[in-house]
Amino acid sequence: MSTSSPTHPAGAPAASGSGSSSLGTIFGIAAVAVLLVAPFGVYPVFLMKVMCFALFACAFNLLLGYTGLLSFGHAMFFGGSAYVCAHTIKVLGFSPELGILAGVVFAALLGLLAGLLAIRRQGIYFAMVTLALAQMFFFFCLQAPFTGGEDGLQAVPRRALFGIFDLSKDINLYYVVLAIFVFGFLVIYRTIHSPFGQVLKAIRENEPRAISLGYRVNQYKLMAFVLSAALAGLAGSTKVLVFQLASLTDVAWQMSGEVVLMTLVGGMGTILGPVVGAAVIVTMQNYLAGLGEWVLVIQGAIFVLAVSLFRRGFVGEIIAVMQQMKAKKAG
Amino acid sequence: MFELLGIPPQALFGQLLLGLINGAFYAMLSLGLAVIFGLLNVINFTHGAQYMMGAFGAWMLLNYAGIPFWGALVLSPIVVAIIGMAIERTLLKRLYHLDHLYGLLLTFGLALIIEGLFRRQYGSSGLPYNNPLPGGTNLGFMFLPNYRAFVVVASLVVCIATWYVIERTKLGSYLRAATERPDLVQAFGIDVPRMITLTYGFGVGLAALAGVLAAPAYQVSPTMGSNLIIVVFAVVVIGGMGSIMGAIVTGFGLGIVEGLTKVFYPEASSTVIFVIMAIVLMVKPAGLFGTAK
Amino acid sequence: MRLAAIFLAASSLMGAGAAYAQVPVKIGVLNDQSGLYADLGGQGSVWAAKKAVEDFGAAAKGLKVEVIFADHQNKADVGTSVARQWYDVDGVDAIFDTPNSGVALAVSGVTKEKNKVFINSGAASSDLTGKACTPNTVHWTYDTWALANGTGRAIVKTGGDTWFFLTADYAFGHALERDTEAVVLANGGKVAGKVRVPLNNADFSSFLLQAQSSKAKIIGLANAGGDTINSIKQAAEYGIVEGGQKLAGLLIFLTDVHSLGLKVAQGLNLTSAWYWDMTDANRKFADAFAAANGGKRPTMVQAGVYSGVTHYLKAVEALKSAKDGAAVVAKMKEIPTDDPLFGKGEVRADGRHIHPMFLFEVKKPSESKGPYDYYTLKATIPANEAFRPIGEGDCPLVKKG
Repeated sequence: MSTSSPTHPAGAPAASGSGSSSLGTIFGIAAVAVLLVAPFGVYPVFLMKVMCFALFACAFNLLLGYTGLLSFGHAMFFGGSAYVCAHTIKVLGFSPELGILAGVVFAALLGLLAGLLAIRRQGIYFAMVTLALAQMFFFFCLQAPFTGGEDGLQAVPRRALFGIFDLSKDINLYYVVLAIFVFGFLVIYRTIHSPFGQVLKAIRENEPRAISLGYRVNQYKLMAFVLSAALAGLAGSTKVLVFQLASLTDVAWQMSGEVVLMTLVGGMGTILGPVVGAAVIVTMQNYLAGLGEWVLVIQGAIFVLAVSLFRRGFVGEIIAVMQQMKAKKAG
Repeated sequence: MFELLGIPPQALFGQLLLGLINGAFYAMLSLGLAVIFGLLNVINFTHGAQYMMGAFGAWMLLNYAGIPFWGALVLSPIVVAIIGMAIERTLLKRLYHLDHLYGLLLTFGLALIIEGLFRRQYGSSGLPYNNPLPGGTNLGFMFLPNYRAFVVVASLVVCIATWYVIERTKLGSYLRAATERPDLVQAFGIDVPRMITLTYGFGVGLAALAGVLAAPAYQVSPTMGSNLIIVVFAVVVIGGMGSIMGAIVTGFGLGIVEGLTKVFYPEASSTVIFVIMAIVLMVKPAGLFGTAK
Repeated sequence: MRLAAIFLAASSLMGAGAAYAQVPVKIGVLNDQSGLYADLGGQGSVWAAKKAVEDFGAAAKGLKVEVIFADHQNKADVGTSVARQWYDVDGVDAIFDTPNSGVALAVSGVTKEKNKVFINSGAASSDLTGKACTPNTVHWTYDTWALANGTGRAIVKTGGDTWFFLTADYAFGHALERDTEAVVLANGGKVAGKVRVPLNNADFSSFLLQAQSSKAKIIGLANAGGDTINSIKQAAEYGIVEGGQKLAGLLIFLTDVHSLGLKVAQGLNLTSAWYWDMTDANRKFADAFAAANGGKRPTMVQAGVYSGVTHYLKAVEALKSAKDGAAVVAKMKEIPTDDPLFGKGEVRADGRHIHPMFLFEVKKPSESKGPYDYYTLKATIPANEAFRPIGEGDCPLVKKG
């Protein structure tokens, strides 16, 4: 399948998996194998953080890259689910899996509500509606007594998954987070390559035509929105287990901005782009922490460079180069 | 004596006036943003940083060159506008044919760089700037500082002048034509790229002017702009993207709404603008003064 | 070639020998390096920690101390990931400073889990030695209770008995307001009203007008940083002080006064744990600080880092090891504190460092000799009255009796 189209508004590569699927499978297995042994070489908490944000960015990309909807309020699903997960585990004594489930269900319901309002608008106005809703949700979180204001919900116990796996050990938790990440990633992968995903791409490329072909465009958009919200919630809830806290940072508009940046830096509309983008940005946050005052300047410079020089994102640029090479070979 | 919703009417008058003063800042900032969006199709996220640069410009002119507030009111916006035009020529220019998203990302990155450099140089807690017009007038229902009165008047003059130039003069008609069909206007022998650069400089200059006006009233600090940008952005959307009149009226109007919220439900005063934005977008998608295309 | 190998082996042996004789200690300064609190802590705190190590003569006493630092960007998740990584991978034994109560509480939790040491100087929350106290955390410099107590009591006693609060609508603002209100009421004062202001609100005129019409004698500013600066600046503009009302800043640092300028800040009452121009020892420290930090004078937070590091090293020296965090903190509680900047004191069972607090008034421009000459001492609050009584904090470490 070749979906790269010159009419795509952002000029970003639309191709998702242009290589043969067997190559993709091999690559996927290799990646999972690397991740399985990675915690013995790299600090596991750092890897878990990368995976949480990568899942968040992938969920966001499902909406931006594959449906063409720019949400500027995804923090409400990420952070809202984190609060619900933290509250149910810490105060109501839920087990980790039930806490995560509660978080995801909440995010999906919030997504349904926000989606019903937002999908009636397009482009920048869609983004603004989601931003407005997220700001209201932020206000709610600030005022609601159970969130603990800016101190957040602290010291959320990790407990044992299904009552068996003791999650207080980082290495055990790592494999649980890895499983959640792979699950979320596969859900997104399947969605994109299903007939449903094809319709989403059709909507992104040419909405009027999709309507004229008889698709109920708004229903598709809403479903994509809810799915994206639920997966963002899955990422948020998982992050609670890793850091044992939920705070206002997770629902602030800067978090919504951060996920846009991750997706763009990695390459939107590519299946691996958001993962790479999240890894780059989280690594920056982590390792620039020692640079002190220069953090902001360096972050800014990277974004300027990304937009000026490799606009398709890291992964997008690589795919473009590969396609060129292929075209040369064929021609 | 009679009260309105538990608030004496004099106090209410006072709050309305204060809202109007705050609205003056929103109006000037959103006007700049709207002008830039209208012509360049770029959502200028650096706007907050440029507002901050205006305020710092005033501080630097005073402390390094001894130039007082009134001189800075003219000089600082010009300097910031020139820096803005340089940015437009070197970086922004290459993004016009692309989606809004890229302009937004680039200007966001620039805002981070500028803010980071100022924080490194001047610290984060801000710098003092003295009030050039101390004292005030007792209006009976409230004490109005002279400086605040000056801010409202200055802002109104600038806003109306801008509106007049763009909507009622020949230069303005070129500008408006260039937003619709740049190729045609170019064909008539008008240097469109230069016009775009100057427009960006003008929008940025407005932000810097608002910054200079803010210096005596608010804290001159590297973060003063980043707190404001998202609100101003909402103001532009409510007014209708690219609509000059919309930006001005909405700026003042929302200042008043926010002022009233500060009396009746102060906790929500920073959220109320977003509630209004959501409602407006639901009812009138192109904004209050925008025209649906 | 062979000679070189022998030489190499010998030198590594010597290195190993030296390391064996010395107790390795790794200190991490975790604070805000680029945001709101960068000026009052930031690199200055890192410098203070290094200076403390140097002045302590650590090397001569058999301690091999290394100081590293990181920026928590005021995000609890960044703060905890740095803390975890420091403890798990980099072998850090103790974390210092950490302003921002949310981040501090999170780091305190991680520190307990890993049995390390957390000595906080920059955060305000009195919960650190209250509900959330741990055997691994010491709160060094100040807290909301001490600030409220110092400023609140002094002002009520001098006749400022009706209060109106401008409160930042955030947990720390609420805590500051709650603690101050208790002090005001306990001393026979009244609260005329309060208004909750969203964080980072630039314009306070509306709230000041409400405070003005309340006719309260004192306007209590239960906020911090830029919010405090903006409210004081605008109060001057609206003639609040000339109208007979007084402002009471509940959390004001030297850097805030510097940012305001004396013209606007003059006459303000505030409570602080430390001021550079009080003793010769303080001035000596401040001179060295200024020489290394572009002429700036240290804040109480930075002085607190110095003092805390000094006492921590004493405890490590006594134990000959920094590895068991709870043991080090227990030792810190056992030996009395004594250093050039904070003088004699103690660390209480709940982790609270006890020392005198001071009530200052900001000078008039005419009284000041130059930059950073800002405070006049009005009263000293003795150590035994300066902090919350140990039984009232609900700290689980303190046995009810």
